[in-house]
Amino acid sequence: MNLQPQVSNANPPLPVHAQTDTGENALLSVRDLKVHFDLGGGGVFDKLTGKGERRVVKAVDGVSFEIKAGETLGLVGESGCGKSTLGRSILRLTEPTGGEVIYKNKNLARLSSREMRLERRHLQMIFQDPYASLNPRMTVGQIISEPIETFALAHGQEKERSVRELMEKVGLSARFIKRYPHEFSGGQRQRIGIARALAVNPDFIVADEPISALDVSIQAQIMNLMDKLQREMNLTYLFISHDLRAVRHVSDRVAVMYLGKIVELGAAREVYEEPLMPYTKALISAAPVPDPEKEATRQRIVLQGDVPSPINPPSGCRFHTRCPFMVAECKSVEPSLVEIRPRHFAACIRISPSEPHIETVAPGATPGLNNVSSIQKQ
Amino acid sequence: MNQSSQTLLSVNNLATHFATEEGIIRAVDGVSFELKRGETLGIVGESGSGKSVTNLSILRLIPEPPGRIAGGEVIFNGQDLYALTNEEMRRIRGRRIAMIFQDPMTSLNPFMRISKQLMEITRLHLGYSKSQAYEHAVSMLELVGIPDARARVDSYPHEFSGGMRQRVMIAMALSCEPELLIADEPTTALDVTIQAQILELIKDLKRKTGTSVILITHDLGVVAGMTDHIIVMYAGRIFEQARTLDLFRAPANPYTKGLLRSVPDPTSEQGELYQIPGLPPDLANLPKGCPFAARCERAEEICGREYPPFVEVAPDHHSLCHFAMEVYATSKRERESRIAAPSATGNAILPVTNQTSPSNTSLANENLR
Repeated sequence: MNLQPQVSNANPPLPVHAQTDTGENALLSVRDLKVHFDLGGGGVFDKLTGKGERRVVKAVDGVSFEIKAGETLGLVGESGCGKSTLGRSILRLTEPTGGEVIYKNKNLARLSSREMRLERRHLQMIFQDPYASLNPRMTVGQIISEPIETFALAHGQEKERSVRELMEKVGLSARFIKRYPHEFSGGQRQRIGIARALAVNPDFIVADEPISALDVSIQAQIMNLMDKLQREMNLTYLFISHDLRAVRHVSDRVAVMYLGKIVELGAAREVYEEPLMPYTKALISAAPVPDPEKEATRQRIVLQGDVPSPINPPSGCRFHTRCPFMVAECKSVEPSLVEIRPRHFAACIRISPSEPHIETVAPGATPGLNNVSSIQKQ
Repeated sequence: MNQSSQTLLSVNNLATHFATEEGIIRAVDGVSFELKRGETLGIVGESGSGKSVTNLSILRLIPEPPGRIAGGEVIFNGQDLYALTNEEMRRIRGRRIAMIFQDPMTSLNPFMRISKQLMEITRLHLGYSKSQAYEHAVSMLELVGIPDARARVDSYPHEFSGGMRQRVMIAMALSCEPELLIADEPTTALDVTIQAQILELIKDLKRKTGTSVILITHDLGVVAGMTDHIIVMYAGRIFEQARTLDLFRAPANPYTKGLLRSVPDPTSEQGELYQIPGLPPDLANLPKGCPFAARCERAEEICGREYPPFVEVAPDHHSLCHFAMEVYATSKRERESRIAAPSATGNAILPVTNQTSPSNTSLANENLR
């Protein structure tokens, strides 16, 4: 995972916008993706008894971004913000209710389930809980060879050889091929999960909280392993985590999610060092730093309250209930993702390319609002 | 051990063993430390390091069998807790030493109203009447920052979010104004923004009430901002013990150093992350010498053969290592050179963005117009 931001001189910056960016080197682009869960209600009876509207969880609500081949896009956010649902809906493990996922000129969201199964050869997933995601009754060899059999990639001796190779590749001794998951530690199980995902030689991997269940010293091992595999196999990652420190470390670019929306997107370095959104600032300042001297001098923005319920989320900007810079318009205008700085996008009506720092924006002013309306017209 | 009046808790040579099929597991093996009034002690370690068992042992909450406190003493306020009857111990637990656990979802009774759970404690320990206890419950919820406390005190736990439940747990723990609060991974199950709220709350309450705190965590970032002293545990032993600032400035143990280097710092750029190789040892079959030797960068032949000494590398700074002095000296030297050449990596990366950003800005602005 290259720590240098992708913005480099060799790669002339494309005049792009997040919603419309279809740069040639995009491996996967997600456009206006939606995953809504209908909780029912709102029928005649509910209206009579005053229970009111239909209740819908808008777990992912109009998300657009793209991932370039070979990069790692980090996706951060608090629990319930929809980051896992987003990851799963790209692979159709959760069915999207709207929008497109374009991979190699195919819209994955529209494929039949048979066609999608075939595509999963190229798109794989690593799960959070290595204890729950491996079948306890299968040996490691069976677990890793299952996808190879499914796609009939190899048979007999050849299959066994590739399983052994995969095990060595992820740092497991091939001697353990006949062992069962319970005989391994959490970190080793995560290696098995990674080997299984790699068995079909995919292009793209959604890693959903791959290190969250692991001990600190083991987390570093898994992050370094994923880094090594990315370089060796030219993998592209969507790295989903609530751990801001880990995300910065592994990602080239970072997307910050809040209640079903991406609110900031940019090169990891920029998002962390010059965050634009008040929410991102609070999130980064809340992550404890392992250095007491920095901790003592650091300004911490402590947000009040909890993340609101994603059932009928707040109107306008969804962060307005907790935002220290909220103005009246925030309640009614839904901000879209605007390129505030080159390739650094934020969704806030109080900032604009000419006024990127909300702290310096005049109280009550909404310089970003003009941009928002112009984009919505497009 | 000298017992100054400032010392609230002293743990001497504590050993807790568990009998398992594979043999005796020494989950805590010779742990000693002191905690002064009003201070915060951080206990850091990975799972299985014995950090939680140490604190359950202090409270005598080890399930027996299979567990057994095999040795040592715990002196709380001049009183040997291991000499008390179960009845006397019950009066200390909750009243004078309170504990909050990692998972606020499972440590509250889902069938009882919050008010009843809060009232139980003060009625039991302080002999409050029903109405006194109810008023106290409301004021405790206000203290921990639950908005509209009077209206919410009769709610059930499921009506609260995770962060709110942890606040309820803290309110419950502080109900009887304990002298010592043991917080076992109090923020691990919470989101970062909520974690920041809870840590600020604990800090603030500590200032107001003067309670001493033992904070158990695996997160070096959490202890960095919260504690006065730190104990680093590994395989049931104290590997390093120091004042917080000293430990982070000049770690004297290769394990501590490894841990510090394996945590990414969100405020600065790093290259490849250091990884401690291998896995924590099997406590039932510990190697003869240093339990960390197999994973240690600095290990030599002696480490596999002899158990390391607990060396005082500086006043109030101890490390369990054959090469403690050398590791300490190296850490100090590294720190001095870091200060001399500030953020060399940052400077190396900066020019790239400096070159590209001006032209990009103008381009982007044109696009938006």
